Amino acid sequence: MTAQTQAQDPDTGLAVEITGLTKSFGSLQVLRGIDLAVRPGEVVCIIGPSGSGKSTLLRCVNLLEEPNGGTVRVHGTELTHPDVDIDAARRQIGMVFQSFNLFAHLNVLNNLTVAQRKVLRRGQAEAEQVARANLAKVGLAEKAGAMPAQLSGGQQQRVAIARALSMDPKVMLFDEPTSALDPELVGDVLGVMRQLADEGMTMLVVTHEMQFARDVADRVLFMDGGVVVEEGPAAQVIGDPQHERTKSFLSRVLYPTHQGPSD
Amino acid sequence: MALSKRKRSQVIRGVQYAVLVIVVVLLALVANWGQIRRAFFNLSAAGEQFPEIISTALVNTIIYTALGFAFGLVVGLVLALMRLSSVGPYRWIATVYIEFFRGVPALLVFIAFGYGVPLAFQARFDNYTTVMLSLGLVGSAYMAETIRAGIQAVPKGQLEAARSLGMSRGRTMVTIVIPQAFRIILPPLTNELILLTKDSSLIYLLGLARDEYELAKFGREGLNTTGSLTPILLAGLCYLIITIPLSLLSRRLERRTGGRKVSSPESTGLEVSA
Repeated sequence: MTAQTQAQDPDTGLAVEITGLTKSFGSLQVLRGIDLAVRPGEVVCIIGPSGSGKSTLLRCVNLLEEPNGGTVRVHGTELTHPDVDIDAARRQIGMVFQSFNLFAHLNVLNNLTVAQRKVLRRGQAEAEQVARANLAKVGLAEKAGAMPAQLSGGQQQRVAIARALSMDPKVMLFDEPTSALDPELVGDVLGVMRQLADEGMTMLVVTHEMQFARDVADRVLFMDGGVVVEEGPAAQVIGDPQHERTKSFLSRVLYPTHQGPSD
Repeated sequence: MALSKRKRSQVIRGVQYAVLVIVVVLLALVANWGQIRRAFFNLSAAGEQFPEIISTALVNTIIYTALGFAFGLVVGLVLALMRLSSVGPYRWIATVYIEFFRGVPALLVFIAFGYGVPLAFQARFDNYTTVMLSLGLVGSAYMAETIRAGIQAVPKGQLEAARSLGMSRGRTMVTIVIPQAFRIILPPLTNELILLTKDSSLIYLLGLARDEYELAKFGREGLNTTGSLTPILLAGLCYLIITIPLSLLSRRLERRTGGRKVSSPESTGLEVSA
């Protein structure tokens, strides 16, 4: 098989296909062989205790972290292939961070247009039109001229979602998008994500919001110690977990007051 | 004698004021005020300095400094990026360059440039070019370290966001990191500009024609022709016309960037490879 056919192999029809993914930081092995297949339009929530590797897994999907082994394919393009143009591949993958990461020196509109113009080579008018449409979608059309520092955390995160959407991604990655937010601001962000899921966006979401996972996810993965311990429909994994580790994690997350001496 | 804490601090403050008053009075008594007035406040000598001290000397000082600063900024940026490069030799070259020009007196650099370059390359630049090169080289070494610190102060999340949108390393540097870095380092960079303004007084070593004089040289010429120190005082005041607004600006910028730093709750340490 030539490099070209290895890199371009669209016949699986999967949005994201991960096989045998491993990742270590120094001597610490964070991912110990992850396999995951996500169909187009599917919403997959990844839950698990901190340090379980769920954020690292997500960051491996757009190669913000370089995996040590295994393959990552997104819509047929093998990102882990050495010949692949990673910048081009990332254009199809939107990412939303826990800490928003809006460009601090640009106003909201320019946050949304800068990559469209510099990466997708869209003209100013077109980029602005796309940006305004996406701002309206997240309910912040009137904030186009604001600087990030003038917005609340919830507003910043919705702008960040709009920024990612402005690149017309095929897959969206959410890395604990509501963990840095005040509780009363979480709902707006989850509302936008819910709407996105309803529109058929393929989404991978690392989250601690169990209610959101239960309502929106087609599938839930429970990770612990760098492996996927349990996966299945949301109602099953969250409502009726099979594994001991899943049960103990969920009992701690869902009923924190009943927490025992902890492990 | 057991003084209360408050009492004691009052006494200490009183002593400080007393010392100040005594020193001032002593100096006032010792100084020869007539001589001082004749040397520094000679009106006819002062009159002779105008308008050239403004139209030639002050303007030239500003031009030389601006040229040196602009060139130094470009070289400094390149050096900063070299310092952060993943290519070893670039880092080493930049480090050697920075250590050399920071460790050597600017005076020597100017002599080396004024006399060495024409010898070494059989080429003589005009004075403006020589000034730009030598002031710029000295300034760039200082600015490089400032710029590097600024680049490293940009939160890592900004890079990750840019890369996740499909921007290349270079594009991320140019569009996202460097603009924010300059915002962060605007106050220290303004201070570099003040230092460079004063360093521009050393370029008399290059041998200047009368219409190329900057403030320090012009003041010394005035001293020679009038025999009065008044031109020196005037030249000094002219430097302050440049440097005090700059230092006020620097302080204002400092307050602004200090109050509203790059917004990201998670600002981690950062390794950039440019």
